[in-house]
Amino acid sequence: MSHVTSLLAVLLPAANLFAQAPAGSQNLSPAALATRAKVQNVPEIPYESVPNFLKMPANLYLGEGIGIATNSKGHIFVYTRSQRTRLFEFDQNGNFVREIGEGLYGFVFAHAVRVDPQDNIWAVDEGSNMVIKFNPQGRVVMTLGRRPEPADAALPSPAPDPANPGKYIFNRPTDVGWDADGNIFVTDGYGNSRIVKYDKRGRFITQAGTRGSEPGQLNLPHSMAMDAKGNAYVADRSNRRIQVFDNDLKFKAIYDNVGTPWELCISPGPHQYLFSSNTFPDNNDYTLAGVTGEVYKMELDGTVVGKFGKAGKQWGEFSGLHEIDCRNPDVLYVSEIQLWRAQKLILHPSGR
Amino acid sequence: MKGSGLFCAVVWVFCGLLSAQAPEIAFDGNIDFLKLPANIHLGEAAGVATNSKGNIFVYTRSGESGVMGASRFFTYGGSRLFEFDPAGKYLREIGTGVYGFLFAQSVRIDAQDNIWAVDRGSNNIIKFDPSGRFLQVLSRKPESVNPTGAAGGGEGRGGGGRGRGGVPGQGVQGDSFNRPTDISWDAQGNMFVSDAYTNARIVKLDKTGRFVKTWGAKGSDPGQFDMPNSVAVDARGNVYVADLGNKRIQVFDNDGTFKTQIANVGAPWAICVSPGAHQYLYSSNSNQPDALDNGEIYKMELDGTVLGKFGTAGKQAKEFGTANEIDCRNPNTLYIGEVTNWRVQKVTLRGAR
Repeated sequence: MSHVTSLLAVLLPAANLFAQAPAGSQNLSPAALATRAKVQNVPEIPYESVPNFLKMPANLYLGEGIGIATNSKGHIFVYTRSQRTRLFEFDQNGNFVREIGEGLYGFVFAHAVRVDPQDNIWAVDEGSNMVIKFNPQGRVVMTLGRRPEPADAALPSPAPDPANPGKYIFNRPTDVGWDADGNIFVTDGYGNSRIVKYDKRGRFITQAGTRGSEPGQLNLPHSMAMDAKGNAYVADRSNRRIQVFDNDLKFKAIYDNVGTPWELCISPGPHQYLFSSNTFPDNNDYTLAGVTGEVYKMELDGTVVGKFGKAGKQWGEFSGLHEIDCRNPDVLYVSEIQLWRAQKLILHPSGR
Repeated sequence: MKGSGLFCAVVWVFCGLLSAQAPEIAFDGNIDFLKLPANIHLGEAAGVATNSKGNIFVYTRSGESGVMGASRFFTYGGSRLFEFDPAGKYLREIGTGVYGFLFAQSVRIDAQDNIWAVDRGSNNIIKFDPSGRFLQVLSRKPESVNPTGAAGGGEGRGGGGRGRGGVPGQGVQGDSFNRPTDISWDAQGNMFVSDAYTNARIVKLDKTGRFVKTWGAKGSDPGQFDMPNSVAVDARGNVYVADLGNKRIQVFDNDGTFKTQIANVGAPWAICVSPGAHQYLYSSNSNQPDALDNGEIYKMELDGTVLGKFGTAGKQAKEFGTANEIDCRNPNTLYIGEVTNWRVQKVTLRGAR
């Protein structure tokens, strides 16, 4: 399934490639043209947003809505850059339950939160360079990586070595996932350009990736997801492609037709789907709003089955979509950077 | 760190063989011993100690530090001191918001149950009475600590202080420390401070806090140190220094005269001498924070004879994540402060001989 693009280019008449292009696309900036997803004529999946689903207590606010995940009971965890980085839990109706990890040493600058099959909560913090595992009760039970000591401290953290990033030190990690055996996978990240595999006790097994654009190389692995067979899907953001690795982190495939993948999610169950967000980054170049913002629903082999959403600030639109929870592939929770919010989305894939 | 390889090359047999032959000591490790309130979490648990009642004190890096200022920085916060009862029940916080709590390094309890917090960020060693009231402080927090490392934060990496530049305490007959790591006392109440990373020395103070003498400098010769990370004193007043970078424990008499060194137990991050008629010496060959190598803790006679070892580096129970302090008030019930695992582990040695 590598290089879906070239396949499509052969199958589709060239004229059709732009047939569905958004209005005004003839005025797109070079950045916008490069960002636009190559896949075209993708069916729209009808959907709706549940406005103001999360009920915040009067004295609590979300900041940048960086991470969102649900557990097996339907509780929702939001990892946000508020006044500090904070982790909040809500029940299945959106009622606030509690704060987790208040004042935690590893909470510096939130990046992602995920919940494993045992309902442990994992926070990925790119500011402390740590991946922190909480048990369902909200206590820390494992840490990966280490928050650098203050620069003024006597033992400054060693300067990052891109060629040898170290087994247990991250440089702005981005995401975490698990296979059926409980092995832990971490995308690392902004500083390093790799995916690392640990066993369930947190011992290093292997890693893959160096910075670059060749197959197997990575340039800002920004998100990841595991399928039931133990394959790892990496959102290779700056290379504008999804890369698939097997369980030993051997390169398998590239899907490069769905724009710039900021966020990946794979739904559970017998028929798994891969969701990928071609995220509208920010308002610096608003022409990007015309060619980004949509989320793709794919088969695991990269076949695009539909898309939904667009850039914008209304409910149902996305501004800096940063994490997707797809435990139920028809009821998604998404968090956004720019609008300091999370949304609950109801998808109607059969057009109901 | 570089001197250690050379040293081990010279006495290769001791470095390699003796520690490898040490028998394994059977033990249990309880990582859920301390019960914390829902809104309190340990960070890097650099320091742990018990008092005569068995209460447990944990000095942890909580990380919620702040900085004010631009042309001149003021740094505050970042570490907390908690007290638990002997069953692990949370009792209270001590020293909330105190001026010198920046970057926890260790905590020790003296013979009168006073609590001493050693802070590597502020250079302070802060004494609290058993009720938690402030009594005394050693050294001085630099006026301007720049945690970003950018210009404008004083005098280089040491953070300066005193507004004069240079490394605090260097060449000075006094208690101005630069990154102190530990404190212990002899039977007369004299204090011995390991002043670690730049000064690489031991400072002896009398029981009132008056400077007595200092010895040591950066290096690998006998009497020199490379990151003295821990200090302990036996009943006779001998001073044991964990010379981490040189991978040896150096032993001095009460006046700082070099006596011997113990170089077959890896890189000692934390050492502890148990009380009582038969004293033991514990030393942790801790893993570096970016690796999971080593991690075993040795039990020795005071003369360095290795009786056994236990544990390894890791993240599970009975494994240690960069052990930075050992409490051995009871030689068979140890408390281990772990940096990278953010926890205190209660270790019970079994089949003690």
